[in-house]
Amino acid sequence: MSRTFFEFARRNLQRNLFRSLLAVVGIVIGVLAISSMGILGNSLTLSVTEELSTVGDSLSVIPHSGMGSQFGGGMVQDKITERQVQDLRRIVGSNPVIPFYSTADRIQVGTKSGVASIYAMDPDDMPKIVEVEKGIMIRGNSGILAGPRIADQFDLKVGSQIRFENGDTQRVVGILKERGLGFDIQPDYSLIVPSRWYEDRNDEKGYDQVIIKVRDIDEVDTLEKAIDDRFNRREDVLDTFSSKEILSSIQQVFGQISTFTTAIGGISLIVAGISILNVMMMSVTERTKEIGILRSIGTLRSEVRQMFIYEALMLGAVGSVLGGLLSFGGGFLISLLVLQTTQYLFHPASLSAIALGMGFGIATALLSGLYPAWKASNLNPIEALRYE
Amino acid sequence: METVTAVGSDDPVLIRFDDVSKVYPLPAGDVVALDRVSLTVVRGEFIAIMGPSGSGKTTLLNLIGCLDVPTSGRLVINGRDVADLTDDDLTYLRRDTIGFIFQHFNLIPLLSVMENVEYPLILKCKDRDACGMKPFEVLKAAGLDDERLYTHKPNELSGGQQQRVAIARALVNDPSLLLCDEPTGNLDQKTGKAIMDLLAEMNRAGKTIIMVTHDLGIASYANRQVRIVDGRIMEDTG
Ligand SMILES: Nc1ncnc2c1ncn2[C@@H]1O[C@H](COP(=O)(O)OP(=O)(O)OP(=O)(O)O)[C@@H](O)[C@H]1O
Ligand SMILES: [Mg+2]
Repeated sequence: MSRTFFEFARRNLQRNLFRSLLAVVGIVIGVLAISSMGILGNSLTLSVTEELSTVGDSLSVIPHSGMGSQFGGGMVQDKITERQVQDLRRIVGSNPVIPFYSTADRIQVGTKSGVASIYAMDPDDMPKIVEVEKGIMIRGNSGILAGPRIADQFDLKVGSQIRFENGDTQRVVGILKERGLGFDIQPDYSLIVPSRWYEDRNDEKGYDQVIIKVRDIDEVDTLEKAIDDRFNRREDVLDTFSSKEILSSIQQVFGQISTFTTAIGGISLIVAGISILNVMMMSVTERTKEIGILRSIGTLRSEVRQMFIYEALMLGAVGSVLGGLLSFGGGFLISLLVLQTTQYLFHPASLSAIALGMGFGIATALLSGLYPAWKASNLNPIEALRYE
Repeated sequence: METVTAVGSDDPVLIRFDDVSKVYPLPAGDVVALDRVSLTVVRGEFIAIMGPSGSGKTTLLNLIGCLDVPTSGRLVINGRDVADLTDDDLTYLRRDTIGFIFQHFNLIPLLSVMENVEYPLILKCKDRDACGMKPFEVLKAAGLDDERLYTHKPNELSGGQQQRVAIARALVNDPSLLLCDEPTGNLDQKTGKAIMDLLAEMNRAGKTIIMVTHDLGIASYANRQVRIVDGRIMEDTG
C-alpha cells in the first residue's frame, strides 16, 4: 500500500532526475557542513578530556610579561627565582612542582644541524612529566632525552651524540613516548637535559617556567587563587594559567568558528529547502492531471499527501546519506588540519554528530515537502482532470 | 458474475437526482451547468447521455461520479445523500462502487499496464499480495489477451489497447456503476465498436452504465437515451 506510493514517488523523482539531483546537492552540502563541524568539535573535546584525564591538570607559572620591579631594584623580572619556587612548593602542598629552564640552541648530529628547543630540569622531575619509549630516564647530571618528533628530524637513536653550539657533546639516553598536543610544554619536539648540567654552562638568575601538577582538577582554581594572593598582591609578578583555561579559550575560538560554519550549513540547508519546495511545486503543477486521475479512481487526499511527502523524504534521505558519508571525509580533513589527529573519527560522539547533521537534512526536506503535499492533496479533482 | 441487485442495497434505484443544479461561479458571472435536473437511474440500466457541447453532460457525470457535489437539490447514490458525505466518504464511494472510463483514457504514465490495473485494487485491499489474480482476469475480460503488453507503459500501446486497460482498471474493484465520458471519442470506428461491444457485455453481466456520447450510433447500444440542452433534460426515453 504505502509501498505503492513509495514506488510512485521514486519513479517520479527518477523521471526528473536532473532536477532531483540539484535539490539533493543542497542537502548534501548542508549536512556535510554541519556534520564535519560536529566531528571536529567532538574530537577537540575528546582529545582535551583524554589529555586531562591521563596527565591530570597542570598549572603553568611564568614570570609576568612586562616590566616589574622587585624590592625597588628596578630590574626586569623575567625569571622565577629559587625562593619563589620554594614559596610555590609551600602553597601547593603535596602537588609536584617542576621548575625548568626553557631555551633553544643550535645542535649538530652527525652531518645534520639545526635549532632545537631544550628544556632543562631536575632529573627527578622528568618522570613526572614525560615517559620514555626507548632507552632509560636520565640519572645524574648527563644525558639527553629526545622527543619523538625531533628524534625523527635528526635521526636520533639511543646513543646518538649531540653537539651543542659551544662545543659540548652529550649522548641521547632515551627517546620519549609521543605525548601529542600539550598545554604546558611540547616535549615531542624538544630535547630534555639535566638542569645542573645546564646551570654549569649558563649564568641563570632563575627558572623560565614552573609546572605544578594538580592531582585533583577541582583544586586548580583554589591553588591559582592562593598563588595570586601570595605573589601578586601589590603588582603582577607571576602569571598562572591552567590547561583548563587554555582549553576554554580554545573552545571559545572553536565555538566561534563552529557557529560560523554551522551557519553556513544552516544557510545551505535553507537554500536546499527552498529548492526542494520549488522542485516539488513544479512537480505538483506538472502532475495536476495525474493527481486528478488518481483522485477520481479512489485515492484519498491523505494518500496523495503521503506520496508527495515520500518524495521530499527521499530527496532528504539521499542527500543526507551522501552528506553523511562525505562527512567522514570532511571530518577527517578538518580534524587532521586542526587537531593533527583523526583518531576520534569513528568515536560514537562523531557518529552522533553525523546523525544530527543527517537528521537536520531530512527534517529540512520534510518541512519543505509539507506545503506542496498539502497543495497537491487539496486540488479539486474536476479542475485537476480538466487540466491539460 | 453478480446479479443486478446484489451490490449495495436491495433498492433497485441506484441514483436519484432531485431538482439538482450545479452552478460554477466565475468572475464573468455564474455558469449554470445543470439547471434543476431530476433523474432516476435504476440498477442494470445502460444510459446514453447526449447533447451539444457545453450542455452539461460531463458535469452530470461528475456529480454521479462523486467528483463534485450539487450546488442545490438532492443527489442520492446507492441510498446515500452525497451532501452528508465527507471527502473521504466520496473517495471510498468512487473507489469501491464506481468505475471511470474517460475519452483520453487517463492512464498513469509512470505505471505499467499491470500496475495501472492493480492500482485501485491496492487502494482497496491495502496489500498487493492479497489482491489475487483479479488484474489478470479483468485484463482478459477487457480483451487485452497479450500478456507481454502487461509490463509496457501506457504510451507504448495503441488507443484501443489503452482504452481496454482503462476499462480493466475501471472493473478491477467490481463496481456496480461504470461512468464513461465519450469512451470512443478518441478511437476509430472499428475499435470504437469493439469497445462498445465490451461495454454492452459488461452491462449484460449486471453493471449499470452511464455513458456520454455525441454519436447516435454509439448511443444506440444503450437502452435509454437522455438528451440535455443548456443544463436541462430535454428528452428521456426511459
Ligand atoms: N470546473 C468548471 N468551472 C467553470 N465552468 C465549468 C466547469 N466545468 C464546466 N463548466 C462549464 O459548465 C458548462 C457545462 O460543461 P460540461 O463540461 O458539463 O459540458 P459538456 O456537455 O460535457 O460539453 P462537451 O460535450 O464539450 O464535453 C460549460 O459552459 C462549461 O464551460
Ligand atoms: Mg464533456
